[in-house]
Amino acid sequence: MNSVILRAGTRYLTGLLLIFSVYMLLRGHNEPGGGFIGGLIGSTGFVLFAVACGTADARRALRVDPQSIAMVGLGLALLSGLFAAFFGDDLFTGQWLFLGATETEKGLPISTVLAFDIGVYLVVFGSVLTLVFAMEEEI
Amino acid sequence: MSTSADPTGVPRGNGLSGLLCTGLSALLFVWFLTLAPQIADGASLRYVIEWVPSLGISLSFLLDGLSLTFALLISGIGALVFLYSNTYLAGHPQFDRFMLFLFSFMLSMLGLVLADNLIALFVFWELTTITSYLLIGFGHETAKGRRSALQALFVTGAGALALLAGFILLGMTMGTFELSEILARGDELKAHAYYIPILLLILAGTFTKSAQFPFHFWLPNAMAAPTPVSAFLHSATMVKAGVYLMARLHPGMSGTDMWMWTLTIFGAVTAVAASIFALRQTDLKQALAYTTLMALGTLMLFLGQQSSYAITAFATFLIVHSLYKAALFLVVGCIDHATGTREADVLGGLGRVMPFTAIAAALAALSMAGFPPFLGFIGKELKYAGALGVASEPLFVVGAVLLANALMFAVAGVVAFRPFWRKAGGALPKTPHEAPWPMLAGPVILAVLGTVFGIYPDLLERSLVAPTVASLLGEIEDAKELKLWAGVNMPLLLSIVTVVSGAIIYAVHRQARTMLERMDAATPSFDAGWDRFLDGFKALAAWQTGVIQSGVLRKYMFVTFVTVLVGMGGTMMARGLGLTVPDFSDATGQSVALVLMILGGALLATLTSSRIAAMAALGVVGIAVAMVFIVFSAPDVAITQLLVETLVVVLVAVALLRLPTLDSGGRHWRPWDALLALGVGTVVTLTLLAVLATPLDRRLTDYFEITSWPEAFGRNIVNVILVDFRALDTFGEIAVVVIAALSAYALLRTTTTKGQGK
Repeated sequence: MNSVILRAGTRYLTGLLLIFSVYMLLRGHNEPGGGFIGGLIGSTGFVLFAVACGTADARRALRVDPQSIAMVGLGLALLSGLFAAFFGDDLFTGQWLFLGATETEKGLPISTVLAFDIGVYLVVFGSVLTLVFAMEEEI
Repeated sequence: MSTSADPTGVPRGNGLSGLLCTGLSALLFVWFLTLAPQIADGASLRYVIEWVPSLGISLSFLLDGLSLTFALLISGIGALVFLYSNTYLAGHPQFDRFMLFLFSFMLSMLGLVLADNLIALFVFWELTTITSYLLIGFGHETAKGRRSALQALFVTGAGALALLAGFILLGMTMGTFELSEILARGDELKAHAYYIPILLLILAGTFTKSAQFPFHFWLPNAMAAPTPVSAFLHSATMVKAGVYLMARLHPGMSGTDMWMWTLTIFGAVTAVAASIFALRQTDLKQALAYTTLMALGTLMLFLGQQSSYAITAFATFLIVHSLYKAALFLVVGCIDHATGTREADVLGGLGRVMPFTAIAAALAALSMAGFPPFLGFIGKELKYAGALGVASEPLFVVGAVLLANALMFAVAGVVAFRPFWRKAGGALPKTPHEAPWPMLAGPVILAVLGTVFGIYPDLLERSLVAPTVASLLGEIEDAKELKLWAGVNMPLLLSIVTVVSGAIIYAVHRQARTMLERMDAATPSFDAGWDRFLDGFKALAAWQTGVIQSGVLRKYMFVTFVTVLVGMGGTMMARGLGLTVPDFSDATGQSVALVLMILGGALLATLTSSRIAAMAALGVVGIAVAMVFIVFSAPDVAITQLLVETLVVVLVAVALLRLPTLDSGGRHWRPWDALLALGVGTVVTLTLLAVLATPLDRRLTDYFEITSWPEAFGRNIVNVILVDFRALDTFGEIAVVVIAALSAYALLRTTTTKGQGK
């Protein structure tokens, strides 16, 4: 599609969508959101970019093959599940660490659950882009 | 050998792998030997590692007379074969790989004969199948090697599947997978209704593994493997796995008519047919392969019996055969190595050039032919005694054994006498030389053992034969004595008949061979039958793929939805689910509007003939459904739905450019489509109404609501379920997403490259 307005707008929209997708991913545990939704929003940003500027530009902007992103996500999700084994728990048991926790404050929660959700995000993001880019290029 | 140097042309050393394997197997042999006195005293050792206790599967090992005999044969012959291969395959570019395969095989085989748990035994059984496949296919550059390897894998693998089914049935019938427990309750098993199916399934496994008629054809083909492999796997050890299993099951399952007749008839047919085939071969290795078949048949035949003579004959012949057959195979390997050919008609006059090989061959062959004072003589006497003591039809059994033995006598002459002491029939490809000592050690040691045990049969009887008989029959006193001179009796007379008729057959074997070749050409060959079977199987696969995978999306969808309709509708009709008439009194304007949106979108999508309109109409349905989720406060689901709708529009918009116009050529399908759509819609509606008729089970919902924050530190229950409570499910789902994306990617790429290529 050759539209100057769309191309100009897309530059900002893609960035905003990516930031928004990360926001949705991180708030997911307590508010509506999460890896699935975040991944979909993030990929929408790049799909828009691909539609406006062509897949070649979109691939260049992404720098990494979307397939690799999906595989890395799958690996991350698996590792975060296997991590529980170090603590003698069952597979995929969430492991939590509260940074700087005090009597009253909960501290900053870091967990394998978050890592797992990031894995989901990357899988969805990578898979959707794999599909869309291939369709755009091959058809 | 053409492959004996690597591409650089510089012969490489063998590295440590050969010596390491030789040393380790020798150590194993010595270790088993130190356990022998205990076993000979009637003890049996058991060692258990829990594996999957919840399923009754454990790695339990049992060492008794039978398994000790096998373990000693495996590790002892193994050590000699490793030593032999170290020279035989010296400088082969894939030497280390060969050693790895062969050593893995040896360990699997040891596991097989020591396992006391059905499932563990099966695992080792399959490991030997796989390692055997790799070893037969070691020369995978040739089509013949690949075919032989695959044939062996398919035949034994198919049998192993039957065996697994038999094992599972056996384990479920008896309530345990531990072999020793099952065998202790043999009478209970024999009276069980499942006895015959279990026996038939196990026989399918053992007959294929031990190459009994009519599955015998894979074994001669397996000779495509390097000669040490043939000596080790396809004569002394692996093909005896089937025999071992029947012997192991003997105490618990033998004694029925079914057992006796099947083993007797198949064993006898295999033994006689194989020894006739053996005479027909001109390739020394092929001739030995067929005599191995004969031995396997004879062993099966004796396992069919109950008498202590028959079982003593089994135990003795098992050892005799392994000793002389491995020796002869290694001798043939030496001949092949030295002269470059294995053709009986070409070879001759090697006795002067290769004196030690000739002596080893002569000792082994005399044992095979059954001359005194070799162990083979005692084995043969016992075979006749055992055959005479058969409960029913002794004449049939004696006749089969006599015929097989006489033919063996002749084959022994062809393999071990002619190449050394007769004039050569043609020019040899290479100038022969005596084999180096590592290649002589194996045949000489094995052949000498056969002689020593023949002169001092007591040694063997007390240490191995009697304990083996005891593990089959239960009582150590049941073993019959091994004697060179047992007086003038029926077996001795039969022995004399054997020698005389064997000598006559040897004298006329060349004429007999031409006759057999003519006969063979006239009868259908099993090997060719195998090819026809495979071709037929491939044709069937191609046909059914054509039928099922038509490649027309409409057909796939139709079948899928018909399945949904029949499955759900059928279940509902059979179960007669109660329905409630829903209460519409509290319907708000908002929900009515949503329902109308969905209905309108669906109708438009079915009626329009424009693809874009249909797509937009489906989008309306999707967004209306997303709004339903919002109304019932499920924001996560709603957001996901909306995003997916958006992406689908993009994807379809891209694909639209290339798709044909809607409904071209499919008009006549539409009434059927409508009918199917209505049917599926009705069934789904009825199902939902039926679901509403039962009160909602809130236990899970409550559990998640209560535990989500305290246990998983999350307030968004949907997300907590996805990433924590049900993380394994989610992992499966994202794996599917990746696989689907990659498959679609691959499909898209292949179609275009093809298009560009043409």
